[in-house]
Amino acid sequence: MATILAVAEQRDGALRKVSLEVVSAARRLGDAFGATVDAIVCGSGAVAGMDELGRFGADRVLTATHPDFTLYNPDGCAAVVAEAGRAAAAIVFAATATGRDLAPRVAAKLGVGLATDVTEFGAEGGKVVVTRPLYAGKALQRLRLDGTPAILSIRPNTMQPLESPKAGAAANAAIPAFTQRVKVTGIKAAATAALDVAEAPIVVSGGRGLKGPEHFKLLEELAAALGNAAVGASRAVVDAGWRDHGSQVGQTGKTVSPGLYVAVGISGAIQHLAGMRTAKTIVAINRDKDAPIFKVADYGIVGDLFEIVPRLTAEVKKLRGE
Amino acid sequence: MRIAVCLKRVPDTTTKIVLAPDGKSIDEAGVKFVPNPYDEYALEEALKLREAAGTGETVVYSLGGDAAQETIRTALAMGFDRGVLLQAAGTADGLEVARALALELKGGSYDLILFGKLAVDDCNHQVGVMVAELLGLPCVTSVAHLTVANGALEAEREVEGGVEVATAALPAVLTCDKGLNTPRLPSLKGIMAAKKKPLDVKPTRLGAGTVTALGLSLPPERKAGQIVGEGADAVPVLIRLLREEAKAI
Repeated sequence: MATILAVAEQRDGALRKVSLEVVSAARRLGDAFGATVDAIVCGSGAVAGMDELGRFGADRVLTATHPDFTLYNPDGCAAVVAEAGRAAAAIVFAATATGRDLAPRVAAKLGVGLATDVTEFGAEGGKVVVTRPLYAGKALQRLRLDGTPAILSIRPNTMQPLESPKAGAAANAAIPAFTQRVKVTGIKAAATAALDVAEAPIVVSGGRGLKGPEHFKLLEELAAALGNAAVGASRAVVDAGWRDHGSQVGQTGKTVSPGLYVAVGISGAIQHLAGMRTAKTIVAINRDKDAPIFKVADYGIVGDLFEIVPRLTAEVKKLRGE
Repeated sequence: MRIAVCLKRVPDTTTKIVLAPDGKSIDEAGVKFVPNPYDEYALEEALKLREAAGTGETVVYSLGGDAAQETIRTALAMGFDRGVLLQAAGTADGLEVARALALELKGGSYDLILFGKLAVDDCNHQVGVMVAELLGLPCVTSVAHLTVANGALEAEREVEGGVEVATAALPAVLTCDKGLNTPRLPSLKGIMAAKKKPLDVKPTRLGAGTVTALGLSLPPERKAGQIVGEGADAVPVLIRLLREEAKAI
């Protein structure tokens, strides 16, 4: 029977949540092709949360355990995943920092093409057909993956994981010989909050209307009140050095698809809109009623953000019963 | 130090995308093309490292149509020594692009081969890593901070909620992210000099690949929203709509 391989990720010995989206996507492909689903993770010991993979559709859960797999090991993981996926019908990655690094290595090793940052997929005529954004979302491309295995990475937050309980039987993955050319020596905590704008269910972004880096505190307070929220930024404020480039939303930053996107003091340049237009709900707060951001926003408030945002934070806190 | 940079010609990020009649590409009429913004960080880093080393060569490669010569000239004007155009039609399969580049770069004895972390047109995020894999070289992706010394490198790259630190020996492949440096603008003198620098044009045939482009479409327009009000007094209405209508909070 054919197999779909779902490539899961761990950090600090715990399964990363995005892996449930990956295994759920693999399950959908498995159901379409009548294939079983193997989830695989590289680690140096037990990985907490692996049983979740069975709940979201993995028939088997493979662990590749190696003393050098505590942190991401690009060469080692590529060897493991290529070996496990060599005979698979498809391999599914997350388009995360790790998945974006790993998937092309595996594709090159197996000699087949790769579709990255997929936002929709299905089976047509026995092949995987995907939709992915081009020009940071200004256009959508449909691709057919003719190679075997079909290799794709799915964009975080675009596909809700669905429960589909399967056995999730634990097994060990084979670890082929590999040459470790890159050594990851550590992870430093980011200067900003731990939640990444590309993965956060809620994003509160600020632009030049905030008038200075110190005023991003207003957005951090709103994000904290909302919970599960990350603070993003427009290109203008990143270029001005107010915010870290990792928080930039737009065509030369990150493309985000959160459930709620709150744009504060952002006029809505075309390259910014490209990066956030797939958010489920968009709120804009801007003093200029003609700002392009209001053309894509579901709800807008025109006015002084320095009055509106603190009020919004207070009302959200009230709502959350704090 | 010998450094190669792979550069792509892309539409400027302010471009409004209009589809061509074939349904598979964009209408290029009136579109301004620029060097891929992430590749500019690679160009700048190569020049800085070459300047610091005092000796060596910087070579810029591009795969694309004839128009990419202009993009290569931009890199030559910034200070690159020579350029190579692998003249080929585009493909949806990044691995075929990687194969052509790897074949060309293989004999170059480069200490470093640099790419942008992605091209802002196809957003494929893959060719640089694939070239490294095909050449059997170490590769760190999305590098935002780099130190090169004594034949080795230490690179930092952003991961979700943190910064990953990685080391590797040269020769190596890196893909470059915003934050690595501030790309220089070509000087007038550089622009004049670039006209005389060597630019090899090599007709290149890409393999058929395993990724087939079926079509391109524009995303659905978002339906028009509403201005719920002006000033802080509109906040309670917004909260109600977010809760009851959008179910977003």
